[in-house]
Amino acid sequence: MQDRRFALEVEDLTVAYSDQPVLWDIDLTVPAGDKMAIVGPNGAGKSTLIKAAMGLVPSVAGEVRVFGRPFAKGRGEIAYVPQRSSLEWDFPTDVLDVVTMGTYGSLGWFRRPGAAERRRAQAALEVVAMEAFERRPIAQLSGGQQQRVLLARALVQEAPILMLDEPFQGVDAPTERAIAAVLDRLSDEGKTVIVVHHDLQTVPEYFDSVLLLNVRAIESGPVADVFTEDNLRLTFGGRVGVLAQLAAAETGG
Amino acid sequence: MSAEFEILAIAVVTAVAAALPGTYLVLRRTAMVSDAISHAILPGIVVAFFLTHDLNSPLLLLAAAATGVLTVVLIEALVRSRLVPEDASIGLVFPALFSIGVILISRGASGVHLDTDAVLLGELAFAPFHRLTVAGVDLGPAALWSMGAILAVNAVLILLAWKELKLATVDAGLAALLGFHPLVIHYGLMSMVSVTAVGAFDAVGSILVVALMIAPPATAYLLAERLGSMIGLAVAIAAAGAALGWAAALALDVSIAGSIATACGLVFAVAFLTAPERGLLAQVRRRSGQRLDFAVRLLLVHLLHHEGTPEAAEECRESGLHRHLGWRESWTRRVVAKARQRALVDRRGGLVLPTDAGRHLGDHAVIGFSD
Repeated sequence: MQDRRFALEVEDLTVAYSDQPVLWDIDLTVPAGDKMAIVGPNGAGKSTLIKAAMGLVPSVAGEVRVFGRPFAKGRGEIAYVPQRSSLEWDFPTDVLDVVTMGTYGSLGWFRRPGAAERRRAQAALEVVAMEAFERRPIAQLSGGQQQRVLLARALVQEAPILMLDEPFQGVDAPTERAIAAVLDRLSDEGKTVIVVHHDLQTVPEYFDSVLLLNVRAIESGPVADVFTEDNLRLTFGGRVGVLAQLAAAETGG
Repeated sequence: MSAEFEILAIAVVTAVAAALPGTYLVLRRTAMVSDAISHAILPGIVVAFFLTHDLNSPLLLLAAAATGVLTVVLIEALVRSRLVPEDASIGLVFPALFSIGVILISRGASGVHLDTDAVLLGELAFAPFHRLTVAGVDLGPAALWSMGAILAVNAVLILLAWKELKLATVDAGLAALLGFHPLVIHYGLMSMVSVTAVGAFDAVGSILVVALMIAPPATAYLLAERLGSMIGLAVAIAAAGAALGWAAALALDVSIAGSIATACGLVFAVAFLTAPERGLLAQVRRRSGQRLDFAVRLLLVHLLHHEGTPEAAEECRESGLHRHLGWRESWTRRVVAKARQRALVDRRGGLVLPTDAGRHLGDHAVIGFSD
């Protein structure tokens, strides 16, 4: 029997570049259906954590399980929205083609996407309100539009777990609202959403739980319990000041 | 087929075969890897030649492909060490391997066809002398058959792995996550480049094969908005460049390979200047269009600002506009002419006055500026 209580379990994960640890002995359990922010200062290893959890960055030690199974067997259950810069936006193709790439995993080697795959991609474009742009060359997109395209590409995978790396970074306000609405909707559908997030102020508004990370996992759990001034100070050092008070006020702490 | 047309056929087939993997090199921003590979495969060819004493042995092809992949592995190992930047790694690895090849040739292969000139520049004019004969029947130049086979393999591989090559080029991370092993695709492509380079080697030499791999796809990149049309254009441009260069070489009695590479370069230069969207001239035109557009809006804002005020007679007088706006007179005339052409302003009694459409755009511009 497969245990589906926990979407993601990370145990003793350590990642190092040469001998410099970037992530040090991380333990993390994300219950199925959780909506979690990963928060920490620059260089805390936030992006590295989700990349290592997906095997995109080699780890020195540790284990990752997806719904109770080893990652290698569970990789199909994760969809990933990378940072915008990881895509080659100068490539000669259009929006629909990039979103259709989300279906490639279900096709396997050498089979080409057909009408059914394109329909799935069009449906995902509607979810992010980009259906009018399906024929637009990707080189002509704004930053916010790029981010929506990447989100649509991940939605197409119809995976129960979604990992997003800084989806709100440098996007316009309507895009931020659109992405937040999609994340809400995914959460309502019972999907597990894990987001590397940089804006402390919006953590209580957008997320149910939070992981405070600074090379080590400082604390993780429901926002109301974990997102406290003391924990933020432990994570960010003395530099949080005002933001920490804001956060404390928001959570009523 | 006369020798001239056999040369033309070899040139076209070679150019098209090179343009196929070349398209992906251009898109993956690894164009210079083709330069490295085409040089570094030399020791592989020489060693295989020493073993077989046969320039037409398929072992040469295999040895060259293996050396090509070895080149890429060495370059990437140097880059990963983080001690040498990527361009320097390329510059270190391929001269090292190439010079080993040159030394081996000078030690052991002097007197055979494998001399350094032929390696560097190729000799298309001699290609028809090597015939493929089966059971005494002449089937045509051997180079046409070998390049034809390489072209067919390249085309089949690209069509087969169309979506995998595309995904690995657009987003290697997603390719890895979906189980498409971008490293396998990467080395597959590099093997294709190596085999194509060694095949083209005989015809055009190791320097000019780079021109065939990069110039047609780089030209197509300026013109196409889809991968399919880019590859189609690259193939067409490669064939046209080969034919053009061949014809020019016959007319001027110069090196065919050099003439073909020059033709490809000229085609690129034309596209670079005149491509409708991404060409240099289009960009200059677009930028000056934007400047004029902005000036028209500025003019409207100025006219609206003073409309109906006592100083309007002075501020909106056509002959004085350039002083108030701090523009050159000729530029001011162009801006007013553009605004009139778009029916945004009228001329009445020496004054420039906004029309309703101009008033609308001017109000809009002000709102745009204030937010």
